[in-house]
Amino acid sequence: MYSLKMFVRIALVVAASFARAGDPPAAAAATEALARGKYLVTVAGCNDCHTPWKLTPEGPKPDMDRMLSGHPEALVMPAAPAPEQPWQMTAAATNTAFSGPWGVSFTANLTPDRETGLGKWTVRNFTETIRTGRHLGRGREILPPMPIPMYKNFTDEDLAAIFTYLQSIPVVKNRVPEPRQPAALATAGR
Amino acid sequence: MPRAVLHGSLPLLLLAVVCAPVIARASGEAALPEHLRDTGLYADGSMSQLQPDVLSFSPQYPLWSDGATKRRWIKLPAGTSIDASRPDAWDFPRGTKLWKEFSHGGPVETRFIERAMDGSWRYASYVWSADGQDAVLAPAAGVRGLPVPSAPDGRYSIPAQDDCRACHEGAPVPVLGFSALQLSPERDGQAPHADGAHAGTDLRTLAARGLLVHLPKDLLASPPRIAAANPTERAALGYLHANCGHCHNDDGPLAVLEMSLAQRVGAKESAGSVLRSLVAVSGQFRMSGNTTRVAPGEPDASVLALRMRSRDPLQQMPPLGTSAVDLEAMALISRWIESLSLQPK
Repeated sequence: MYSLKMFVRIALVVAASFARAGDPPAAAAATEALARGKYLVTVAGCNDCHTPWKLTPEGPKPDMDRMLSGHPEALVMPAAPAPEQPWQMTAAATNTAFSGPWGVSFTANLTPDRETGLGKWTVRNFTETIRTGRHLGRGREILPPMPIPMYKNFTDEDLAAIFTYLQSIPVVKNRVPEPRQPAALATAGR
Repeated sequence: MPRAVLHGSLPLLLLAVVCAPVIARASGEAALPEHLRDTGLYADGSMSQLQPDVLSFSPQYPLWSDGATKRRWIKLPAGTSIDASRPDAWDFPRGTKLWKEFSHGGPVETRFIERAMDGSWRYASYVWSADGQDAVLAPAAGVRGLPVPSAPDGRYSIPAQDDCRACHEGAPVPVLGFSALQLSPERDGQAPHADGAHAGTDLRTLAARGLLVHLPKDLLASPPRIAAANPTERAALGYLHANCGHCHNDDGPLAVLEMSLAQRVGAKESAGSVLRSLVAVSGQFRMSGNTTRVAPGEPDASVLALRMRSRDPLQQMPPLGTSAVDLEAMALISRWIESLSLQPK
């Protein structure tokens, strides 16, 4: 039978080995999540709609000075022209506002600004939003063209990595307008 | 049991039978019963006579569901009790079952919540047949726009399983209407849509029967009551607690919004805390040029009232479970907001 002294010694050795081994893997995991998140944000096309486009000599490109900050607050959109079928959707030149049968949607500010972006959000808020297609997991529905039916298939780990990366990008203060309902419903006063 | 008014539902019921999902969350948990009659609510062979160990209850501040008439029941496993040590987060025994029946002239839907043996909760909805003889498990994705003549616009929607979770899992405990405040023996006479009678189920009767244990003694001696400035404010805060507080509270996922509408019987300053997060506080949501959640004296400039009055799906509150404005509640909320300008600062 081990004595108490021996038991304590073994416990200390085990604890020390965990402490030595614990920090570097944790840091490596965080770095890996950040890299994974950046990769996923890039290839999933988040910048296509959440970063305002600007016109360059090479054509329209995402303005990375306003990376992932959503529809610019200062750009007040007039009513969209009614498309002639089979055209259905109208997009702003910034590619951050879209008019269609659902009304008018504006892309969200994904930067970690606490008042206008995701700065106060938790990873649970983010995961539930994507998983349910509802704002914060329980509010209004997220509107097209946000590809919720595809993105809801991200794994929890992928979503956590994306959120980790989004919390690391430069803060941009930009209050995106609320979406507008379809003109027919607005006329009916709903 | 009154005859059901659900018409043209045969295709739905067939769909439900064929596609009825297994929505048990807990691993190893048996699939949810395909029929309401097999959930333990009714006596064998009946769709109206309750099992003897099923308790009827009625919360003092009911949830608005487009005017549906509701009946509610709870059943605890034999020999078990609810632990009320945490007075705002009761611990229900594993195996607890709750049902809520929604009627528009006859039963349309019965919702079912069960605590599984691993401690998780699972949710289901059963859709009644036109003849009132059967109720079948609904698809997990819910059903939109069932034809129900007595419902608003003649349509009725069954919530998706995710919708169940969206509301029930934003609160400390997924059971929303069976709590210390909701079962207080001291009922609020001005609560909109209250039943009046409460089926004899309240804190004292539950404690006397040994079904509720460890409730702090002061809550039995002095029943929970919202500490409001006047009866109108008490009823308004009670309504907001029951209809909004399960999402808008300070310890769930929407705590990030820094707006709590949930009353806590275990916190003496609960009503004051709610008011401080609402009155003359600017929120992120902008509506008709307004951002103030509750502007004293100005219901038409208060985003809380504006969103409750809207049924634009992009703006309405609550966002789920209702397509018709609760006019009685809106009158109450407007009276309360108007009265705030008269209250001493």
